[in-house]
Amino acid sequence: MNATTRKVTVHDMSLRDGMHAKRHRITLDEMRAIACGLDVAGVRLIEVTHGDGLGGASVNYGFPAFSDEEYLSAVIPLMRQAKVSALLIPGIGTVDHLRMAHGLGVGTIRVATHCTEADVSEQHIGLGRRLGMDTVGFLMMAHMASPEQLAEQARLMESYGANCVYVTDSAGFMLPEDVRARITAVREALRCDTEIGFHGHHNLSLSVINSIAAVECGANRIDAAAAGLGAGAGNTPLEVFVAVCNRMGIETGIDLFKAQDVAEDIVVPMMDRPLRVDRDALTLGYAGVYSSFLLFAKRAEQKYGVPAREIVMELGRRRMVGGQEDMIEDAAITLAKARGLMPV
Amino acid sequence: MGRKIRCALIGSGNIGTDLMMKLRRSTVLEPVWMVGVDPLSDGLQRAREMGLKTTDQGIAGLLPHLRDDDIQIAFDATSAYVHRENSDALTARGLLVIDLTPAAIGPFCVPPVNLRAQLGRQVMNVNMVTCGGQATIPVIAAIASVQPVAYGEIVATISSKSAGPGTRKNIDEFTRTTSAAIEQIGGARKGKAIIIINPAEPPLIMRDTVHCLTDSAPDAAAITAAVQAMVSEVRQYVPGYKLVNGPVFDDRRVSVFLEVEGLGDYLPRYSGNLDIMTAAAARTAEMFAEEIIAGRFDPRSLQGVAP
Repeated sequence: MNATTRKVTVHDMSLRDGMHAKRHRITLDEMRAIACGLDVAGVRLIEVTHGDGLGGASVNYGFPAFSDEEYLSAVIPLMRQAKVSALLIPGIGTVDHLRMAHGLGVGTIRVATHCTEADVSEQHIGLGRRLGMDTVGFLMMAHMASPEQLAEQARLMESYGANCVYVTDSAGFMLPEDVRARITAVREALRCDTEIGFHGHHNLSLSVINSIAAVECGANRIDAAAAGLGAGAGNTPLEVFVAVCNRMGIETGIDLFKAQDVAEDIVVPMMDRPLRVDRDALTLGYAGVYSSFLLFAKRAEQKYGVPAREIVMELGRRRMVGGQEDMIEDAAITLAKARGLMPV
Repeated sequence: MGRKIRCALIGSGNIGTDLMMKLRRSTVLEPVWMVGVDPLSDGLQRAREMGLKTTDQGIAGLLPHLRDDDIQIAFDATSAYVHRENSDALTARGLLVIDLTPAAIGPFCVPPVNLRAQLGRQVMNVNMVTCGGQATIPVIAAIASVQPVAYGEIVATISSKSAGPGTRKNIDEFTRTTSAAIEQIGGARKGKAIIIINPAEPPLIMRDTVHCLTDSAPDAAAITAAVQAMVSEVRQYVPGYKLVNGPVFDDRRVSVFLEVEGLGDYLPRYSGNLDIMTAAAARTAEMFAEEIIAGRFDPRSLQGVAP
C-alpha cells in the first residue's frame, strides 16, 4: 500500500489509558481542559472512561476521583467536533454500563477482550451495533496470539457486529515485524469495509514506529495520547505521531502545534511522575506484561520489599493477562515469603 | 445401603457432566436421567456409558418419564435464558430444582453460609450463584461475621479451557448474579464481581481474590481466625480449596487470595470452577435428600407453589 495518500483517524487515550498513570484520579477540570484542547486541535475521537473501562471502579483497579457518568457528562457537552468513546471490558463492565454511556452521548463503544477470548464480547458488541454506535472490537495483549489466531478472533468480533477491530499491544512488547504480521493477517481476514486499528505502548520506545508499521499494513485508526499519558511508559505520544505522519504525508487532520501545546501546557504539568521508560516499565515491554500493572508493582515493592522488576518478571512467567491486578500483590507476597521477608 | 433420592441432570455440558460423576458417589442421591440437546455431546455419551437414561430432546424428552422413574430432584446446568422455563415445568410437577445457572429465580445457596437456613424454608428452587460466588462468598461471610463490611469485591480467574460456551455467553449474568449474592449472602452492603478468563498453557488453576472494605479498622486476629475456619469448612466438600495468601490488611481493606483445585472428575484438576459449583450443588441436594428421606420435606406436597 502507499502510505503517502493515507488518512488516519487518531484516537486520543489520555483520558482513559492516561487514567492508569494518574491512578484514576484525573479531576473534572483537567478532563475538560484536555478534551477541549484536543477538540480544538482537530482530534476527532477522544476516549473518556476509567482506565479499566466502564465499571472499572474497584479495589482491584482503583477507585476513580469521579464516576464514569460524571466524567462523560463533564466532557461530552463541550465538544465542538470531537466524538467521545468509551471502553468496556466484559467481565468487568456489563451491557448496563454500555446503555448508560450511550444515553450520555457516547458514540463509539470499544469492547475489549484478551486476544484469544473474543467470544465473551458477543452480547456487548451486538448491543453496541443495535444501538447504532460505532462499534469496535479491541483484542488486548495481541502479542500472546499468533497472527492466524488473532485473525480468527477478529473475524468473530466482526461477525458479532464490530465495524472496526484493533490489534492492541497492551504490554508494549511487539516489534515492528510483529505488528506487520498481525495487522496484515487481520486485514486479510476481515471485510474491506471493516476498519483496523492499532493501540501501542511505549515500553520499548517502539510505539510510534509500530503505529506507522500498522498504517503501512492497512490500519486506519491509531490510538495515541497527548504527551503519551497512559499505562506503563505511556501510549504512543500523539503529538510525535502527528509530526511523523506530517513528514510522511499521512493525513490526520490534527494541528501539530495545538496538539503539542495540549501535551506540554496541560498534560505534562499534571503528571504524578515523569512518564519515561524506567527499568520497571521497560521490563513490562521486555517480559510482555500488561502495562497497567506498573504502579501496582511499584506499590507492592514498597509494601513487601520485593523489587517491582522482579514482580513484573514473575507475572510474565505466570502468563497473567489484563485485569489480573489481584495477582500482583499475591505474587509479591509469595516472593517475599520465599525470601524470608515475611513469615510463611 | 439405604434409600436414594432419584435425580435428573439437565444440561450435558461441562458442569452437568462433572456433577453426574459426583452424584454417582453419593450415598443419598442417584443420577437417573441426563438431558441434552446434542446427541453427539460428550456428556450424553458418557451418561449412556454410565448407565443413565438419556434424551437429546431437551427437557421435553424428560417430562413424560418423571413420575414412572420417581424423579424428585432436578439439577439445571443449562443457561440463565432457558432456566425459567425448565424450572416452571419441573416445580409444577413436584420436583425440587437445584439451579446451577446464573438465572437466580430461587434463593441463593452457598452451603457453608446458608444451606441450613434454606432447609426450613420449603422452597422448590434454590440457586447455586456462580463458581466465583461459591469460591468467595464463604470468605466474605466470614469477614462479615467479625465486623460490618461496607463493600465486598471478588475477582475470579478461570482457565480458558474450563470456560464453556454458556459461561462465555452469560458473562454479564455472572457479574450481576455474583454481585447480588455478595450482598445477600456474603453480608457486604455493596458487592462487585469481576471475572477473567486466562488462556495460558498449561491451564492455570482457578484463582479467586476477595477484597473487603470494613466500616471500622479491621480486627486482624479475629478476621484471620474466621477466614481460616471457613476455608476448612469449604475444604470438607472441595478438598482442593486453599488459602494461598492473606488475609492482608491495609487500612480498612482486607484481601484474601484463594486457589481452587478440582478433583479432576470430568475436566482436569485446573478446573476448580467446575468442582466448586458441582460439589456445592451436590452437597445442597444431599441435605435436601436427607430431609426428604427423613420425612421432614416433601416437594410433591408443594407442587405448583411459586418458588
